[in-house]
Amino acid sequence: MEFFRISRTIPFMRYALILNAISVITFLAAVVFIAVRGLNLSVEFTGGTLMEVSYQQPADLEKIRGAIEAKGWGEFMVQHFGTSRDVLIRLQLQEGYSSGQQAEQVMATLKAQDAGAELRRVEFVGPAIGAELAHDGAVALILVVIGIVIYLSFRFEWKFAIAAIVANLHDVILVIGIFALFGWEFSLPVLAAILAVLGYSVNESVIIFDRVREHFKKFRKMETVEAIDSGITATISRTMITHGSTLTMTLAMLIFGGPALHYFALALTLGITFGIYSSVFVATAIAMHLGIKREDLIKPVKKEDGQQVLP
Amino acid sequence: MNRYPLWKYLFIAVALLIGVTYTLPNFFGESPAVQVSSAKATVRVDQALLTRVEALLKEANIAHDGMFFDALGPNNFTVRARFADTDSQLLARDVLQRALVPNADDPDYIVALNLLPRTPAWLLSVNALPMYLGLDLRGGVHFLMQVDMEQALERRVETLAAELRALLREQDIRHAGVTRSGASLEVRFRDEATRAQAQDAIRTFNRDLVIREEGAADDLRLAVTLNATAAREIQAKALKQNITTLHNRINELGVAEPVIQQQGADRVVVQLPGVQDVARAKQILGRTATLEIRLVDEEAMASGNLAGAVVVPERQRDGTVVPVALRRQVVATGDQLVDAGATFDQNQQPAVSVTLDARGGAAMKVATRENLKKRMAIVLYERGRGEAISVATIQGEFSNRFQITGRFTTQETNDLALLIRSGALAAPMEIIEERTIGPSLGKENIERGFNSTIAGFIVIVLFMAVYYRGFGVISAIALTANVMLLIALLSMLQATLTLPGIAAIALTLGMAIDANVLINERIREELRNGRPPQQAISEGYDKAFATILDSNITTLIAGVALLLFGSGPVRGFAVVHCLGILTSIFTAVFVSRAIVNLVYGSRRKLSALSIGAVWKPGTAGSVK
Repeated sequence: MEFFRISRTIPFMRYALILNAISVITFLAAVVFIAVRGLNLSVEFTGGTLMEVSYQQPADLEKIRGAIEAKGWGEFMVQHFGTSRDVLIRLQLQEGYSSGQQAEQVMATLKAQDAGAELRRVEFVGPAIGAELAHDGAVALILVVIGIVIYLSFRFEWKFAIAAIVANLHDVILVIGIFALFGWEFSLPVLAAILAVLGYSVNESVIIFDRVREHFKKFRKMETVEAIDSGITATISRTMITHGSTLTMTLAMLIFGGPALHYFALALTLGITFGIYSSVFVATAIAMHLGIKREDLIKPVKKEDGQQVLP
Repeated sequence: MNRYPLWKYLFIAVALLIGVTYTLPNFFGESPAVQVSSAKATVRVDQALLTRVEALLKEANIAHDGMFFDALGPNNFTVRARFADTDSQLLARDVLQRALVPNADDPDYIVALNLLPRTPAWLLSVNALPMYLGLDLRGGVHFLMQVDMEQALERRVETLAAELRALLREQDIRHAGVTRSGASLEVRFRDEATRAQAQDAIRTFNRDLVIREEGAADDLRLAVTLNATAAREIQAKALKQNITTLHNRINELGVAEPVIQQQGADRVVVQLPGVQDVARAKQILGRTATLEIRLVDEEAMASGNLAGAVVVPERQRDGTVVPVALRRQVVATGDQLVDAGATFDQNQQPAVSVTLDARGGAAMKVATRENLKKRMAIVLYERGRGEAISVATIQGEFSNRFQITGRFTTQETNDLALLIRSGALAAPMEIIEERTIGPSLGKENIERGFNSTIAGFIVIVLFMAVYYRGFGVISAIALTANVMLLIALLSMLQATLTLPGIAAIALTLGMAIDANVLINERIREELRNGRPPQQAISEGYDKAFATILDSNITTLIAGVALLLFGSGPVRGFAVVHCLGILTSIFTAVFVSRAIVNLVYGSRRKLSALSIGAVWKPGTAGSVK
């Protein structure tokens, strides 16, 4: 069985300009979304208290809201979480309350309302920690970018390293932009998923460029554009199948993983889906625009008599 | 070609065997258990207790499934017994409680209910344990506590103020007052010469101080602060002392696997798996007991007019509580306490010996010299309220080592020493992050994580088998080996598995198949280009290897960055992710090659591979 019966090289790079244009437009759109709508940061980043309460029967959100409103703690959020019997309550940091005291008070009130209320989970994050976690997350992202650029510059060439990183960061921004657009909760696991996707996407570009290098080696007269095209064509089967299988896992997580893993799985799914686009088409297009040549990928071999020979 | 030397096969076989062995414990589940730990620092849990517990259980005819002597923390041991069912567990708890804790108000031991993994002895003997489940899979409480370093410093500086006053008096240097603001001191002088003199004296007295001249003609001052190294040292000591105290208090909660660790320069992580009663846990841990040694305000005591003085209760031996008035000045504080222990004085009477550090000693020297025959109180402050745990008359001048005597019994000296030691929490701690997961949520999370992984795994395996036929099946076997090795590694390292960690396992499976797909596609391509099968296999693996390595390294970089900067559940994800990449490379390349070699390697006249129909461009049908 073979899905991808491709007999000729598909001229992908002919469409490079259009592809790049699409990339730039979506990138700008994502940036606009992030700037305008902002991210719905989780309690881990903003600090505050998060409670997950479950009831025996479908919960009455209005009653719960009323109870919390009466405390006068400023803005809060009450919503369903997974099923209609589970409620997620988010409270802002309050002066004078440390640790889960707010949660304890709320539970006391809720239990008075309905004895079947059960506290499943409480998260309290003090103000300092939130800022720290955000800072650590940002540093992790920068580290990954730098690490990958350095490694790729060694293995291939700086032009390619830049192309790969730019394309895949574009991917990351797209995912974050979608989270901003829909107002989905952006938590630490989501950030972790994005970083994992970044590594995975770059991995994709590496495989393609490995092929391109191989084609340069094998076909001495091949031009850059043709080398890139044939590289992509040759690996398209593998690209599709791998993405398919990884998507299978993330979809399984989306379906079976429950609300706790929901946004995490969503970030992974989106990232992997866009990843195909960014690492296959965008990275190569950028590399081509940066003027990558045969000599860049294949280091000349010096013979003993001082002459240089290109393999 | 396509043959591995025997040692490679053996190596892989051994690796897989180890993998199976260390994965097994995860399938045994848990059994109810009873845990006995000490309730007081003076009471030791040792092998003798183990024997005693065993005897008690035998006497009551309760069959147990294993007795263990484990460590909960440094110098903190526990005796555990496993049972087959909860009935025996509850019965055992009652029996042990009655025998070991005769007086509920003053317990020596804590007997708690727990769950222990049901790992059979033969696995335990090779240290094979189930994975350490994170709180989001087990339920429990996680605290991140921050030590109030400011207070630790301020207290030290307060003592420094007293020392400086004493020093200047000794050297006959007149000053116009020593005041503290925050963590620095101000000493005022009336003239230049005195100030210079004082500066020299202070510098000789203590090299850890930073002295600055300030002010002008009328208002000559010296600003004195601790230098950076000294400040850091104080903070480090404060943190360590707090951690030790927490270790002692943890026992009261009867937790099976508590985690108390330093995080950064001023934080402590406390994780209590299985704890349900969060409020109680916080109460016990949050007890910010501090200790102070102060002189008794004799005048106020004599006149009976306690109005303006600082008064604390003292619990007498006969149970009555009398008020004790104290002077404002603190002679020594808990963080200067080096040790307190039960001992015997020169008359062989039980006594408590107290050792202070150099600073405390110096302060004591001054205080005792000037207050002979007056009384000194050791006050323990818990939750803001003080209680004098000892009020004794100063019989002589001493500095950093002294004894408290007074018709004590050994039990009383033990208790007092313990109290003094436990009160030495150098600085109060505050909970800055808290996570509580209920046990039912924990179970649900495990189920969900497990289900999603299994579902995806089945789909991938089916696909591989159909698309790549024989080679697909081999890839699937390699994938199974991958998961097994990963779980074995996690169990061996006792790394924490969290819900994102399970997601990482799922992700690893999805990504791991990439390597196999690369290999299989390459082999197909070689076949398509007309290479004979044996060569196709060889070339396929060779060409794919470099690519596999490259691609996995970039994913590894992302994983390592997450590992360095992640915390909590995210860290769980990163650990599994990184380990998963390593096992993926190993199984995809070596294990699958080994199987392929075993199946195909020895066939001299190999004409076709079971790799699915290999479509050749230009032909109408498929060539098999």
